[in-house]
Amino acid sequence: MFIFNKLKTFPKGGIHPPEAKISADKPIERLPLPANVKIPISQHIGVPAVPVVERGEFVKTGQIIAKTGGFVSANIHAPATGKIAKISEEMDISGYRRMTVMIRVDKEEQWVDGIDTTDELITEISLSKDQILEKILQGGIVGMGGATFPSHIKLNVPRGKKADVLIINGAECEPYLTSDHQLMLEKSEELMVGVKILMKALDVKKAIIGIENNKKDAIDKLSKLSEKYNEIEVVALKVQYPQGGEKQLIKALINREVPSGKLPIDVGTVVHNVGTTYAVYEAVQKNKPLIERVITVTGKSVKNPGNFIARLGTPVSTLIDAAGGLPEDTGKVISGGPMMGKALNDLEISVTKGTSGILILPEKESTRSKSKVCIRCSKCVSTCPMGLEPFYLMTVVQRGMNDEAEQNRILDCIECGSCAYICPSNRELLDYIRLGKATVSNLIRERQSA
Amino acid sequence: MDSKLLTVSPSPHIHQEQTISRIMYDVIFAMLPAFAFSIYVFGLGALMVTLIAVLSAVLFEYLITKHLLKREPDILDGSAVVTGMLLAFNVPSNLPWWLIVLGSFVAIGIGKMSFGGLGNNPFNPALVGRVFLLISFPVQMTTWPAPFESRMSLTDVVTGATPLGFIKDGLKNGESLVDLMQDVPGHLDFLLGMQPGSMGEISGLLLIFGFLFLVFRKVITWHIPVIVIGTMFVFSGLLWLGNPDRFVDPLFHILTGGALLGAIFMATDYVTSPMTIRGVVIYSMGIGIITILVRVFGAYPEGISFAILIMNAFVPLLNKYFKPSRFGEKVKNG
Repeated sequence: MFIFNKLKTFPKGGIHPPEAKISADKPIERLPLPANVKIPISQHIGVPAVPVVERGEFVKTGQIIAKTGGFVSANIHAPATGKIAKISEEMDISGYRRMTVMIRVDKEEQWVDGIDTTDELITEISLSKDQILEKILQGGIVGMGGATFPSHIKLNVPRGKKADVLIINGAECEPYLTSDHQLMLEKSEELMVGVKILMKALDVKKAIIGIENNKKDAIDKLSKLSEKYNEIEVVALKVQYPQGGEKQLIKALINREVPSGKLPIDVGTVVHNVGTTYAVYEAVQKNKPLIERVITVTGKSVKNPGNFIARLGTPVSTLIDAAGGLPEDTGKVISGGPMMGKALNDLEISVTKGTSGILILPEKESTRSKSKVCIRCSKCVSTCPMGLEPFYLMTVVQRGMNDEAEQNRILDCIECGSCAYICPSNRELLDYIRLGKATVSNLIRERQSA
Repeated sequence: MDSKLLTVSPSPHIHQEQTISRIMYDVIFAMLPAFAFSIYVFGLGALMVTLIAVLSAVLFEYLITKHLLKREPDILDGSAVVTGMLLAFNVPSNLPWWLIVLGSFVAIGIGKMSFGGLGNNPFNPALVGRVFLLISFPVQMTTWPAPFESRMSLTDVVTGATPLGFIKDGLKNGESLVDLMQDVPGHLDFLLGMQPGSMGEISGLLLIFGFLFLVFRKVITWHIPVIVIGTMFVFSGLLWLGNPDRFVDPLFHILTGGALLGAIFMATDYVTSPMTIRGVVIYSMGIGIITILVRVFGAYPEGISFAILIMNAFVPLLNKYFKPSRFGEKVKNG
C-alpha cells in the first residue's frame, strides 16, 4: 500500500486557481520617499483614530498623528517627515471617504527619538507581557493580511477564555501575491522573534506557522530556524484557496472548527498574519510603529513585477511606476489579490496598512462574461468552504426572503469568492450574498435594539 | 499617469474557464465514441435517427424560445443538441422519422421549454420524450434491429429482442433461466456492445470511456454513476444469491439495457439531480433500486428511464431536507 505524505488542508470545498506568483523570486526593494503622503485616519476595522495634529504643523517620521478613537481602533503615525499640508475628507483605497492627513515630505528625514532604524537583529525579548501589549497598541499594529483588525484586541484575551496555541498565517493563498512569501525569506529570524513575542503576549507554549506548499524555500528556511526556536512548528499546507481564511487555517492546522458566529479564541487559538508578526517585532524590539509595509506589484503585462517596501500613504501610481509603469493594455487595477481585492478607480489613492498588493489586469481579463441562467450544476455548493448553498442564497436575496437567508447562514459567508469563480454560468453569486449579508446584519441589529 | 478609465467591479476578479457551452460540448464529445460504434453496428439507421433528433430538438428550442417565450434563443449553448442526442441514444435505430420528431417535440417543448427552458425543468427532457414514445408507441419502440444484420437499410430490418426482454419473456413463459442464458450472448459481448438495444446504449465499454472523460474534464463527479451502478449491482446481486434459478446475475443487469447510458449520461443531468452530496447519495440509490424493481418485478423489461424520472421528482424535496454540512455546525458547546 502506498503511503501518501498528505499535506494538511481544510476539509470542505475550495478551489485551485492558477497561482500566477510572477514576482515570487523578487527581493524586497525599498521605494524612495514620495513627494507627498496621504494618510487616512482610519486604516483599520473599527472606530477611526482622532487626529492630534493641525495643518501647518511639522511632524517627524514615526510621530503619532491620530490617536485611537475607542477600544476597536488603532493609532496612526506619520510615515514621513514634513509639514502637514492638508487635513480633509478624501476617498481612500477601500472606496470610502475618510478624513485624510496629507504631509508634504521633506527630503531630510528625521525620526522620532528612540526608534531603532538599523537592520540589527535583536533576539532577546526583554519586555514583559503587559509592556509588549502596550507597544503593540502604541505602534498602531493591525492585521496586515487584509482584514486590518487591530492586533492588540486579538491579544487581549477576554476573561474566562484561554488560548493554548498561536497560529501564524503564512498561507498567502491569493494568486499573484508574494509579499508575505518574500518577507518570510528575507526576515526569517525577525519573524521567529516576532512569533516568540506574540507567544509571550498570549501566554501560550506553542505556535504553528502554516505555509502553502508553493513556497517550499520559505518552508525550508523557517523549518531550519525552528530547530533553534523550539515551540514553533512550521507546517506545509496544500495549495488550495482559501487556505489562509482564518477558520479554514485553524481547521487545517489544529483540526478545530470555529462555531458559527464565534471567534478563534473560542476554540483556544489566535491567528496572526506573517506581515503583522514582523510589524510586531519592529514595534516591540525596535520601537518602530507601523509606518511601512511590503507590497507586491504584479500582473501579466507589468514590466518589472516585484515586491516593494513602501511608506504608508504612498500613492498607488508611485508603486506602479517602480514596477515599470502602467501597461498599455491595463483594464483594471486591484488593491489586494484577484479573489478578494478591491478594484481601484483612481491611481492617486494611497496605500494603507492593509494593502498587500497592487494587481494590474489586462483589459481582456477585466470585464465579467455575461451571466446566464443557473443550470443547478451544484459546483458552488461543493466549492463553498463554509458549507453554504450560494445559488440558493442568491435566489432568496433576490426575492427579499431575508429570514430564509439568515436561517441558511448567510452571515457565515467569508466572501472568499470561490462560488463566483467556479460558476459556469458566471452568475453574480457573491454580489447578491454581500447584499444579503448587509441586509440581514441590519435586521439583526434592529431586532436586538428593539 | 494618464487619465485612462479603469474597470471597477466587486471581487472575485478572475474566473475559471468552464462555461455552459464548454460543458455541453464536453458531454457531446463524451458521447461520440458510443455514437460512432452505433453507426458501425446499426448502420445508416443510427445516423438518421440522431440527425433527425438533434435537428428537430434544436429547431423546436429555437422556435419556442423566439416565438412563445419571446426571448433571444441561445441554441449555441449546446443543451438542445445534448437533449436530441440523448433522445436518439434511447430509441431503436429503425424508429420512423415522424416518431423521432414527435419525441423531440415532447422532450424540448413539454419536458424543457414549458417549464421556462434550461435550468428550470424538473424532469430530464430526453427521458420525458423517450417515455412518452415508449408508452404511446410500444411496438415501434421495442422493435430492435439486430446488430450487423441490416446496416444499409432504413426499413426492412432483421429484428431481435434485447437480452433483458428475452429473459423476461422466457421466464414469463415458464422456461428455465439456465436454458435462457445459453441463448443470449456472453458478458464480454455485452460489454463490447454486441446486443440488440436502443441505438446508443449497447456498448458499455465506450460509455465508460465517456464517463472517464467527463470526470477528467470536471463536468461530472463520479458519485451518481458509481452509486447508481453500485446499488444495482448489490441489489440484483442479493436477489441472485437468494435464488440463482429465478434471477439473473448482477453483471448481466449492469451490462444490458440502458443501465450505463442512464447512470452516466442521464442521471447526472445537472438540472434534474440534487445539489448536495447527501441528496445525491439518496437519489442515486433510489435510481438503482427502482431500476432493478421494474426489471425484475415490473411489466417492462427495462426500468432505468422510469427510475430516473421518479427520482427526478424527489429532487426538490432532497434539496430542501438535505442541506450541506455547514462549517462550524458540529461544535455545539463552543
